[in-house]
Amino acid sequence: MLRIPCPWCGERDEIEFRYRGDASRERPAAHAGLAAFNALVYTRDNPCGWHAEWWLHVGGCRQLLKVVRHTLTHEIHWVGAPGEEPPSRPDGPPLPPQAGH
Amino acid sequence: MTVPPYSDPPAVPAESSGRYSLWRLLREGLNGQRGWSRAWAKATPRPQYRVVIVGGGGHGLATAFYLASEHGINDVAVLEKGPLGLGNVGRNTTIIRSNYFHPDNIRFYDFSLKLWEGFERRLNFNAMVSQRGTLNLFHTEAQRDLFTRRANQMRLLGVDALPLSRAAVKHRVPLIDLDHGRYPVLGGFLQPRGGTVRHDAVAWAYARAASAAGVDVVEHCEVTAVRSAGGRVTGVDSSRGFIAADTVCLAVAGHSSLLAATAGVKLPIETHVLQAFVSEPIKPVLDVVLTYGAGHFYINQSDKGGLVFGGAIDGYNTYGQRGTLPMAEEVAAAGVTLLPGLARLRVLRQWGGVMDMSMDGSPIVSKTGVEGLSVNGGWCYGGFKAIPAGGVTTAHLIAHGEPHPLAAHLTLERFATGRIVDERGIGPYPYLH
Repeated sequence: MLRIPCPWCGERDEIEFRYRGDASRERPAAHAGLAAFNALVYTRDNPCGWHAEWWLHVGGCRQLLKVVRHTLTHEIHWVGAPGEEPPSRPDGPPLPPQAGH
Repeated sequence: MTVPPYSDPPAVPAESSGRYSLWRLLREGLNGQRGWSRAWAKATPRPQYRVVIVGGGGHGLATAFYLASEHGINDVAVLEKGPLGLGNVGRNTTIIRSNYFHPDNIRFYDFSLKLWEGFERRLNFNAMVSQRGTLNLFHTEAQRDLFTRRANQMRLLGVDALPLSRAAVKHRVPLIDLDHGRYPVLGGFLQPRGGTVRHDAVAWAYARAASAAGVDVVEHCEVTAVRSAGGRVTGVDSSRGFIAADTVCLAVAGHSSLLAATAGVKLPIETHVLQAFVSEPIKPVLDVVLTYGAGHFYINQSDKGGLVFGGAIDGYNTYGQRGTLPMAEEVAAAGVTLLPGLARLRVLRQWGGVMDMSMDGSPIVSKTGVEGLSVNGGWCYGGFKAIPAGGVTTAHLIAHGEPHPLAAHLTLERFATGRIVDERGIGPYPYLH
């Protein structure tokens, strides 16, 4: 069970939220071409380690949150508003491939 | 992670495991079971191979077997980071079926089902292939239309599918609550040839047959990176040193993105966890693979008597091979709604496996931008049933450099050209369900 500290509502269970995927993707410029938009829609970094992602607090304040979470340990480093960036980097580099099993 | 030092026991020629038969079983029984030997040779990796397959799961081992048996290529190593059978090949709910909607998917998965039907004869191994049927229930008129359309599509392609009435469903599965107030069962759609296969026996059978055909099946050899030079693959770095190869195939579904990234290849995949559960063993109550239509829940009874069931993925990116409780609760709720008797049972075991969830819900059997590097992955959580077909088509891709006709729709190019295989019709999301 994830406990996500919503900046508006406080710490809540994951069941109040809906996951909306990788938040690190950026929309290319309008004329960036097919390959750039194809990459936006389909490809993902899919890291085993720290991951910036969108969570919609659908069962609470209905705000979209940006969460920095570890995809192996599920530790949550930071939660903020969509336009914000975490003030500090999480400790340590992302884990190497296939670590931790 | 540091891999503890591991020393191989002396290699045993694979042919010494001999042919398995009823006669052999009787003879060894009378002989105090002393005549059995190792089913596959414990290989030590050589410095160079023609083909290196990363991942000794079902797809990797099947690919190696078909490379050797269909294409005469046995200068092959299968590198597995742990012992065989502990990855996703041993973490699924063992279901086989070909009840898809997309014609290309029906052809591909039915080819796989046909290979399952001949699997035990071909590999001389008892994998307990049981064609007990897969039964999908529907609970609304709209869902009946949808399933009828799917069943008709299957029948047009010569695949078995039967509509079942409410009474027939009740006759087949007496435990069902047909008249649930909110989700009454209106009927079902049965694929009689669907069923289950003992999953770890699949890994053992392919490993034994591949080893006997001259393939090196190397356990405790973790590949950490794919090496390439000038856009061409040169080999892999592993916990047992660099191993050179002309061709490298990644068959590490769940971790495909990480290894592909070491070669500079970015895949249309997110990694998610799927949980599965087994109840305490009980007497036979369920002789079909049953799928609920008003929630995500599927269940069958193992030969040991445990009810094996699961639901949807937990729903967020994770490499943790464990599940969290909200999904366990949702699966249990769906199960008890359909089969109220389940409420009396205790869950004996629960586990999670991590999946390559592809962006259109269909697998990837494809070359990549790096010459000599191919990928067998993106199986979402439907990879087990596809093992034989995945092996045949991936072996074909490696041997000929071109996709097998049955897997031509599974290449990576489809995401760029727009020919995605969106079985569920949900758009570019890695959630599938």
